[in-house]
Amino acid sequence: MSDTRSVEFERNLPHPAAKVWRALTEPHLMADWLMSTDFEPKLGHRFKLKADWGEVSCKVVELDPPHRLAYSWDAMGLESTVIWTLTPSGEQTMLRMVQTGFQPDQARAFAGAKVGWTRFLDNLDRLMTTFD
Amino acid sequence: MQSADSLFHALADPTRRGLLEHLMAGGEANVAALTRVAGVSQPAVSKHLAVLKLAGLVNDRPDGRQTHYSAAPEALRPLRDWVQTYTAFWDLHLDRLADTLNRMDQ
Repeated sequence: MSDTRSVEFERNLPHPAAKVWRALTEPHLMADWLMSTDFEPKLGHRFKLKADWGEVSCKVVELDPPHRLAYSWDAMGLESTVIWTLTPSGEQTMLRMVQTGFQPDQARAFAGAKVGWTRFLDNLDRLMTTFD
Repeated sequence: MQSADSLFHALADPTRRGLLEHLMAGGEANVAALTRVAGVSQPAVSKHLAVLKLAGLVNDRPDGRQTHYSAAPEALRPLRDWVQTYTAFWDLHLDRLADTLNRMDQ
């Protein structure tokens, strides 16, 4: 159940990694497929992603062009991290995207607590079905 | 947004998670009964219940001099829907990324 709070995607893209990297890190291109943003490719840079439904607060936490990019993603009071990994294969790129939620980092923060996040989330679905 | 914030705050405390779990598993309970399972003082339990109530996670039902508390698990929906929400979000936006790449110059 350790991955109940993560989302993963893999896409094989018929484009070189350098081009995919540009799409992931140039604000005018990010605006085209993701959201409008003041992103800058600098470690520690804080930026916003804005959409008509609201905004996401982010910070660049990993930057290794054109291989790996990670930023924190704080939306609706729930913190998570988005990690992009690019693996070139000739003129193609395997793009992997993982978004991990408030587990396991925040679960660890409460280690030793009486009712840890891990147990709580593991029990959540079971408990909620009794109310559905 | 506000409600997800207070939801997360309410659940950040292990005693509150324990109280909520107890109510979800066991139905209604009053403060005295909850104090017996919580391992903290009755005033502390009352404070925790107030935070849970503010986040919409528990309902209270006054009954004479007693108040009965019960879980309102539908308030947990943002947690439960997190994976579903972002799976749909990224599926859509990765399709858009593919379109963007097709329209870009080398």
